[in-house]
Amino acid sequence: MVTAFFNLVGRDLRLALRGGIGSLVAMVFFVIAATLFPLGVGPESALLERIAPGVLWVCALLATMLSLGRMFQDDYDDGSLEVIALGPLPLEMVVLAKILAHWLTTGLPLIIAAPALAILLNMSTQGFAVLIISLLLGTPILSLIGSVGAALTVGLKRDGVLISLLVLPLYVPVLIFAVGAVEGAIFGLGAQANLLILAGGFLFFLVLTPWASAAALRMALE
Amino acid sequence: MSDGEKRFEAENVACIRGERPVFSGLSFSLATGGGLILRGPNGSGKSSLLRILAGFLKPVGGNLGWNDVDPQEAPEIHRARTHYVGHMEAIKPTLTVNEHLAFWARAKGFKRPADNILQALDLDPLADVPGRFLSAGQKRRLSLTRLLATPADLWLLDEPSVTLDVQSTARLEDMLAAHRASGGMAIVATHADIALPGAEVIDMAGYRIAIDTLLGAPQKAAGGPTAAGEPDYGEW
Repeated sequence: MVTAFFNLVGRDLRLALRGGIGSLVAMVFFVIAATLFPLGVGPESALLERIAPGVLWVCALLATMLSLGRMFQDDYDDGSLEVIALGPLPLEMVVLAKILAHWLTTGLPLIIAAPALAILLNMSTQGFAVLIISLLLGTPILSLIGSVGAALTVGLKRDGVLISLLVLPLYVPVLIFAVGAVEGAIFGLGAQANLLILAGGFLFFLVLTPWASAAALRMALE
Repeated sequence: MSDGEKRFEAENVACIRGERPVFSGLSFSLATGGGLILRGPNGSGKSSLLRILAGFLKPVGGNLGWNDVDPQEAPEIHRARTHYVGHMEAIKPTLTVNEHLAFWARAKGFKRPADNILQALDLDPLADVPGRFLSAGQKRRLSLTRLLATPADLWLLDEPSVTLDVQSTARLEDMLAAHRASGGMAIVATHADIALPGAEVIDMAGYRIAIDTLLGAPQKAAGGPTAAGEPDYGEW
């Protein structure tokens, strides 16, 4: 079972590496969207400093959403999902492997790009550490919740809008607590409470979402 | 492949797809080394039956049994002994032929695929070619090597010879014969002539009328869908 799990993760990473720029679409969007803000709202450093945590998190959230459609779609379209579903790995673990691969190819690049963008937006250096921690806790939640939306819409064409409508309401709390943590650190209010809620949310969705996504995929496989 | 006598049976299996009755009352029994050919016009339920037998789809009626155990009660065991090759080839444009085989073997829980299986379908010159450069027939052949990559008792093949040339179809027949000789079973849905000596043949068309008459009468009485099974949407 361990072989089958990492087999799937490894294959997805290999596909992403060979997919060229297409696999980095989330990070490219993240960088472009965040760099547009100083151009749009003006170079006033105090204003940018104030909105930086919110801008970074909103951009990360939208970037993740952009990448959700492909989580199961390719495997469903070419029949790979049938092959994988007939393996010894339970569908819940298949989903977890796909989520891990999705996070490694979308969440992790966002986290790597975030510090440079934070500097660009003149974010207070006191918030940097917490920004990274909030992204480390928050982006896996985005992948977990996103898997449910991706699994529910897997048989549909042009599902981008539907996924957004399904997952966005569930993304809002992540956004609120993550930005709350970063601003808490910047204004000296402490970030611990918000980060703990994020950590709790991560565990909650880690248990719940693979089960829901697997149920949705089972329906799609009929 | 596990030894000993095996028996795979279906009894009175019925299938409904999207409120449309497809077939009912279908029964068969396969023993060790058995073969079954499914025939019938498009939409007669050949693919649906294979999906039921693979465990993707639940039958709305009837029973399946592997040595008298319902596969639904032990889905992991049924998955492990089943190979399903459907219409879709499961081939990624950026992975090579060998990488596909390695992935499929590990996806079935094996460390590596069986040795020297590319020769069986004449794919060895293409071992390092990525999926996007393969022709339709080559993709189909690669998809079929999945059957040889890891052992499984039950082969479920949906139109396996589509896009295959004459030689490749012959090679597929050899594969099927060797599989059955070693005690495996094969169920093949096809329009083409695939030699499966001694195989039972089921014509799906024969199981269609039964359910129409079965469901037609009470629904007509209720003023709902018509006897043909078509929903009545009324005037627009």
